[in-house]
This record gives sequence, structure tokens and C-alpha cells, in this order.
Amino acid sequence: MAEVTGIKEIIKPENLVYKRTGVMTDETLHYCPGCGHGTVHRILAEIIDEEGLQSETIGITPVGCSVFLYHYLDIDCQEAAHGRAPALATAIKRLLPDKFVFTYQGDGDLAAIGTSETIHACNRGENFLIIFINNGIYGMTGGQMAPTTLPGMKSSTSPFGRDVKTMGNPLKMTDIVATLPGTYYVTRQSVHTPANVRKTKKAIRKAVQYQKLNKGTCFVEVVSNCPSNWKMTPVQANKWMEENMFPFYPLGDLKDPEKQTAEQK
Amino acid sequence: MEKELRLMKGNEAVAEAAIRAGADGYFGYPITPQSEILEYLMGANPMETTGMIVLQAESEVAAINMVYGGAGCGKKVMTTSSSPGISLKQEGITYIAGSELPCLIVNVVRGGPGLGTIQPAQSDYFQAVKGGGHGDYHLIVLAPASVQEMADFVDLGFELAFKYRNPVMMLSDGAIGQMMEKVWLSPQKERSKTVPEWATTGKPPTRERNIITSLELNPDNQEKFNQKLVEKYNRIRENEVRFEEFQCSDADYLLVAYGTSARICQKSVQLARAEGLKAGLLRPITLFPFPSKRIREIADKVSLMVSVEMSAGQMVEDVLLSVNGKVPVYHFGRMGGIIPTPDEVVAFLKSKIIGG
Repeated sequence: MAEVTGIKEIIKPENLVYKRTGVMTDETLHYCPGCGHGTVHRILAEIIDEEGLQSETIGITPVGCSVFLYHYLDIDCQEAAHGRAPALATAIKRLLPDKFVFTYQGDGDLAAIGTSETIHACNRGENFLIIFINNGIYGMTGGQMAPTTLPGMKSSTSPFGRDVKTMGNPLKMTDIVATLPGTYYVTRQSVHTPANVRKTKKAIRKAVQYQKLNKGTCFVEVVSNCPSNWKMTPVQANKWMEENMFPFYPLGDLKDPEKQTAEQK
Repeated sequence: MEKELRLMKGNEAVAEAAIRAGADGYFGYPITPQSEILEYLMGANPMETTGMIVLQAESEVAAINMVYGGAGCGKKVMTTSSSPGISLKQEGITYIAGSELPCLIVNVVRGGPGLGTIQPAQSDYFQAVKGGGHGDYHLIVLAPASVQEMADFVDLGFELAFKYRNPVMMLSDGAIGQMMEKVWLSPQKERSKTVPEWATTGKPPTRERNIITSLELNPDNQEKFNQKLVEKYNRIRENEVRFEEFQCSDADYLLVAYGTSARICQKSVQLARAEGLKAGLLRPITLFPFPSKRIREIADKVSLMVSVEMSAGQMVEDVLLSVNGKVPVYHFGRMGGIIPTPDEVVAFLKSKIIGG
């Protein structure tokens, strides 16, 4: 009895140090253990909450593992067809210019079927935020090769490893959009350690704040994992990601107006 | 405000009518024979007057998905294209139908298949009326036969789209899009400030979040949704059938034709009657819903029907279903961008009267 009373003593509101952010719903996340999606969802929800943007936000959810993003975030959402999120977001932001609009897209969605929509929205400098989750594989459909799959990396459609001679090289979409005058802020982050989670949160917050300036597209890539389809434990997957994904997709800002020289601006 | 009389191309009339209807957004991509719509709107620059957005997209696929996004915000949005471009838009159209959103799509039809020709045709009837994209759905399909109707059906299209939360297609063709006629234009309407309760505009604390989606993985729920759509389409069939009759009351022979073909057939009826053949014309104005009931009634009074179309015979299937074997039904059509002459139609009619 004494112990139970003790717990009740502890869970008083004044002792609260961590809670579910108000912008996340009660729904149980469907993601696999170790997957990065849940962490990025949480970061996004926290920022929407902290910036007071819940009533101003319209999210465009993709096709793929994060198709049910709208189950987890308590905001208005539209579900796009595979790859088309930037087209929807373009119209929504143009028609509701005072709102905060974001797309959330995986690598198959953004870098394969939606390459055109992504590049052209960024090239027009549409004033919304693109969050790009890159884990080098199609997760939802069961681990097929993505445009971002690394050379030699095995997947269900590259069972002997990606042969760049016949399957092409991995596409660095973030590097491509950083070259376009329409983008304002382009960065590549990860969420596999507490330190990186903090950096990603800082980056997404920055992107959300830049968004208010209406100076162009903000683009945040999160290099992530897929323990299930990489056929690894979460710990192995994160180690593999550090050793193989990061050298090819190095973390850091590719374009940040704060860091530009006067000449570049 | 009074209506204004202008001499315009059908395509220009659509563009001007869109501004005057108080449209919020137009998203297009150039393709012959309808590029004048995008050109006219870019030139008119309605952003400065009504605040209407006009955007040239990177593809027809992007344009229809912009319409999908805009429609989800509860805005009056539209796109236009011609046959090959409309094929590209089918993905977005089925998502819009599956999400029950209102919008207007104009198809200024050219001959196909494939790249086909840039000349007028009516060969996209099946695509427009029977679905076009995947899944069980219908568009409300309006078939203008004049520049005036191309203007009028913009307003009517938006009205029906919002009434039923369903995409509306105006199925025109290259002839009506390109020809010039006088047209009475409606006075400028204010853009609507009303936000539909289902629209995604940012979730205020006073309501639950709005989600626009066509995804439902539970088969029981998906079937319920499909059933809901069926009920909606039945309501549309019940309430929105529109057609025009020309000399049908005493007709022995009925021509059924829409759009450009209907204009040809009007002349054919006059020519046939001058020769003592009591022909009449039924012109469907809505292709979905199709005027089946009226055609079935007329089948009791005539001895044969001819569906006249600039196609290999598409609408004729709906005429056959309507008539249900009561009288013989024939198809007469030209293809490849050729418009039939009134004499050709009369000659075909005669051959069937004699032959039949």
C-alpha cells in the first residue's frame, strides 16, 4: 500500500517532466519497433503545439508507411496520391496564404513517383515545408528498391544488391533542390540519437519559422532507418545507417539563409 | 448588373465565365485545342480583380492534384485540358471522386487514341461517363452545344459540384472550343467567403480535425462508403437529368446526339422533314445522368433511333440500354476529327428506314 501511495505522490501535475503533446492523438502508432517515423511525428507535433500553429496548419500526408499520419496528428490533413503532395500543397498555400502548410513524404513518394512535383514546387519557390524521410527503401510495400537505395544494398527487387549499371545510382534529391533558387532552407538530419533528435527539432522549428517569411520552399530531409525491411534489429539498423547512409547522405545544412554570405543573398 | 454580350471562342467563354462565376483557382497545362483558356486567364490576370489564382502547372497530373488540394480547402477550383491531358488527369479525378470533393474539369475533346489528332471528336464519352479512372465512381457530365453553354455550364458545373460534393466534367469538343459565337456573359459574382464544414483550413479548437482522404482499409467500411456513393449517384439520376427535344412530338424516327453532333442533327431533322420523313432530335445535356427515361418513353412512339456521334459508337450503348430492345437502334458517326454533314446523317437515316 505504501508503495502505491508513493507512485500517486509522484504523478502529480507539478512533477510532470514529459507528456504526450496536445497535437498528438491517443491513437497507437502502427510503426515497427525502432522506426524513425514516430520520432519525427512527435517532433512535428511538438513544434506545431509550441508555435501555436494547430489552427493554422494543413498537412499533406503521403502514400507509404506514413500514410496514416493524419491518425496521429490532431490537425486538418489531406491525403495525396503517391508523389503528388507538393501539387496539393501548392494549391492549398496559394489559396490560403496565411496558413502553415507542410508535406510529409518518403523516398519512394518524393524521389521516384513525385520527382516532378517536388522539383517544380521547389523551383517555383512555393511557400510550404517539405519533410522528406529517406530510409533507402519502400517500407509499406515490403522492402523494394527505392531511388535512394545505396549501391550494392539488397532489397526485395534488388536481391543481389543494387547494381548501378542496370538500376541507376541513388538520387540525392536534397542536393538537387538545394541548387534551385526557389528553396530557402534545405537541411539533412537524423533522429537516431537524442542529440540528433534535438538537432532535427531545431531544424524543423527553423523551417517553420522561415515559412512565415514566405521566401521560398523549406526542405528538411531526415535520413532514417527501416529495421524490418533492412532485416536488422533497431540497434543494428542505426549502426548500419551511420556507417553506410551518412557517408552518402551527409548530415547538415545544405542551404541556410543565416549562413549565406552577403553576396549569396 | 446586366448580362454582357460578347463575341468569343468557346474556350475564351469558359475562361471569362470562370472569373465571373467567382472561381477561386484555375490550374492548367497547355494542350491543343484548349490552350486559349489558360492564355486568356493569364492575360486577364484575375488575381488583381477577384483574387482568383491562375497557375500553369508542370503537367496535367500536377494540375489535377492542385485542383484536389484546392477542392479540399472548400474552394471553387477547376482545370481544363483536352483528351490526352484528361487521360493523365484520371488519377487525380478518381481521388477527388473518392474524397467526395467538388471541382470542375473541362475536356475540349480531340480525336484519339493516343496523340490522335487535334481536330474535334466525341471519342471520350466512355471515359467521361463510365468512370475514367479506377474504382466505382461517376462524374456529373455536362455536354455544351454552343459557346453560350460553354459559359453557362461553368456556373452550373460549380453549382452541381458543391450540391453533391462531386467532380463535374464539361465534355466539350474542339469545334465548340474553337468556334466564335455571340455569348451573353453573367455579371461578376463575388468569390464565396463561406467555408464548408468539411474543408481543411486549419483546425480551430471548436471542431474536430477535418481529414480529406479516399483511403479505408476496413472492407466493411469501404463497402458502406461505396454504397453511400451509389445512393448519391441515384439521387443525381433522379434530380439532375437535363435534355432538349427538337421536333420529337410527332417524330417517327429519333436522332440522339449531343454537343457538335446535336447541332448537325438539328439541320438533319429539317432536311429529313423537307423530304417528308418525320425525324426528331433528342439532345442529352447531361450525359451522366443520362436521359434514359425520356428515351424509353419516346421508344414507344418511334420506329427506330440513330445515335449520331463523332466516335466509333459510345453513347449508342446507353441509348440501347434505355430502349431495351423496344425499337432498333443504330449508330452513325465519323471519326478522326471529321464532323459529319447533315446530309450524311439523313442519307444514313434513309438507308435504315428502307433497309429496316
